[in-house]
Amino acid sequence: MNLLKVLDAIDRRWVFLWMGLAVAVPILWIGLTGRTFPETPTPAARAVYEAIDSLPTGSLVLFAFDYDPASSGELQPMSTSLLRQCAAKGHRIVCIALWPLGGNLAQETITNVIREDYPNMREGVDFVNLGYQAGNEGVMKVALTDFIKAFPVDSRGQAASKIEMLRGVKRVSDFPLLINVSAGYPGNKEWIQYVITSSEGKMKMVAGCTGVQAPQMYPYYPAQLAGLLGAIKGAAEYESLVNQSIGGIAPPKYLEAQRRMAPQLFGHLLMVLLIIVGNIIFFANKRGDLR
Amino acid sequence: MNRQRITWLVIGLIFVAMLVARATTGQGIGRVYVKREQIALAQVALAGAAATSAQAVQPLPVGAGVKSEISNSANNAFIPADNQAWESVPLAKATRAWVEWNQVPPKEYFVAQATDPTQTQIVLSWPRTIGLWLAAFFTLAIFSFLYADNIFYKFAEATVIGVSAGYWMVIGFWDTLIPKLFGALTPEYVMQLVQPTLQPTPMSQKISMWFALILGVMMLWRLAPRGGWIAAWPLAFIVGVTAGLKIVSHVESDLMAQTVASMKPVVQLVPAVAGGTDWYASIWATLANALVLVGVICTLVYFLFSVQHKGVVGATARVGVWYLMITFGAAFGFTVMGRIALLAARFEFLFDDWLWLIDPNHLRS
Repeated sequence: MNLLKVLDAIDRRWVFLWMGLAVAVPILWIGLTGRTFPETPTPAARAVYEAIDSLPTGSLVLFAFDYDPASSGELQPMSTSLLRQCAAKGHRIVCIALWPLGGNLAQETITNVIREDYPNMREGVDFVNLGYQAGNEGVMKVALTDFIKAFPVDSRGQAASKIEMLRGVKRVSDFPLLINVSAGYPGNKEWIQYVITSSEGKMKMVAGCTGVQAPQMYPYYPAQLAGLLGAIKGAAEYESLVNQSIGGIAPPKYLEAQRRMAPQLFGHLLMVLLIIVGNIIFFANKRGDLR
Repeated sequence: MNRQRITWLVIGLIFVAMLVARATTGQGIGRVYVKREQIALAQVALAGAAATSAQAVQPLPVGAGVKSEISNSANNAFIPADNQAWESVPLAKATRAWVEWNQVPPKEYFVAQATDPTQTQIVLSWPRTIGLWLAAFFTLAIFSFLYADNIFYKFAEATVIGVSAGYWMVIGFWDTLIPKLFGALTPEYVMQLVQPTLQPTPMSQKISMWFALILGVMMLWRLAPRGGWIAAWPLAFIVGVTAGLKIVSHVESDLMAQTVASMKPVVQLVPAVAGGTDWYASIWATLANALVLVGVICTLVYFLFSVQHKGVVGATARVGVWYLMITFGAAFGFTVMGRIALLAARFEFLFDDWLWLIDPNHLRS
């Protein structure tokens, strides 16, 4: 009872400190040893992998980066792996963004993945970054009827109509697959509502989202979403799948999500422990044991 | 000096001591290096059949400067000035050259210095290093709120708000007003003055943009001393259009599609890879479908407020409450996961980029 009394009156800053240590110590441990926990992919993560893998080589893939640096801790690892799988499979990738900084994050991902590891891919032929367009759902509605009108220039200022890989693309549904990594509005939900539903099965969509959005997105899987990566856990599962399929020793930049799972484990263990202790204290208080 | 100030002082002194110790041992801490890269492009005339830019740039050898694969018209392209593969093309009318400073991992600097201590190709970037330290300072300033409200937190908070407001204003001006409104109304001036890459706008869009401009002015009328009611009209337009767009999409993608997705046969037989039925998978699939069916019915009954929640209805609604609670629990769990991932990313930044305590990406060794 004495311990419960102490915990009942504890300063909340101790809880912050414990949480900080629960997250920081595993990061230091993994950073020093380079070891990560194994991941077993769930069907939703496997479905993302299979949706990309089942497309014939050279297929056009539309990749929407709808997030900003505030969420990149959670979403960047999945974008990196998604782009890596597309490049490894030999798909032609068209990057777009409906968030202002999404275009920059797309460029950064292209630099880290394509320019460094797939230097044979040529800009304008195998991949292109069409950058950010303001207008949220308005851009999606325009892209439904005229994709080039919705994204008229690429990030270098070149007219989209002159880009070789976009010849033959009239509307957004000409892309067989849409990949959307999103941190909120506009994002996964809007792409499903305005584009996927209207495409009447011509276009598939796989999505990656933040933890906050994930419970709202799971109902769309598997009917409207071909696959879903929910938060950093989904990213870690998918990352391990892509690393396995490509083989060899994965460079450290392709292990980012798996590195972040150990802090998750210890953070969640602490949270569960605190919830149990909090409930014990609540009921003990209710019975008057702590007076 | 009260207890809180003493605590701040002790934390601050310990932190500074650790920082000094870290800075003076091993490879040091928090520096950003950049590499000098000379870009030299030659403008070439593309002949005849090869005049389309995409075809013309294809022969570029791998890694020959992807930045150069730009054509400014059907007959001209910029290519790397030293590109041997382009000897056959009628040569350079003009050459454009500039220097780029690209960030490189510190280990490249260490190697370059070990090879030639006088080299100037890779150098310390003071602006980027200051930026790194500012990022670390603001991260710690925000974290300091966990102990107590303080001047560092207030300063960081005010900076974030100020920078965000300014940033959104700039984005709104350059990405919306300039290309979409003024670019449509006066494309010649916009192309000449600020955005040479602007694409021509069809007449139908020009007319609709005049309408948008009028609505925008009406919206700003709210700031005028009289006639504030004029601002209600564009607001009504926005509410009407948004409602129209949203209702259709919600009915189609959420109500109809989700209803269809819920109407699955309860008993599901999953075919095995080797033929026949995979009974293990079938039992789990059937159980999942049954849970969805029970969950949908019970949760809907909970929201049926026209009937008193007693007897069978009450029991069903109670099951619905359990489903809702489990959903909220899952949502809470996911939120915790998201927040821990963001915290882990900030800690990684502090330990890796700033303090150089860990090196998961092998940037320094």
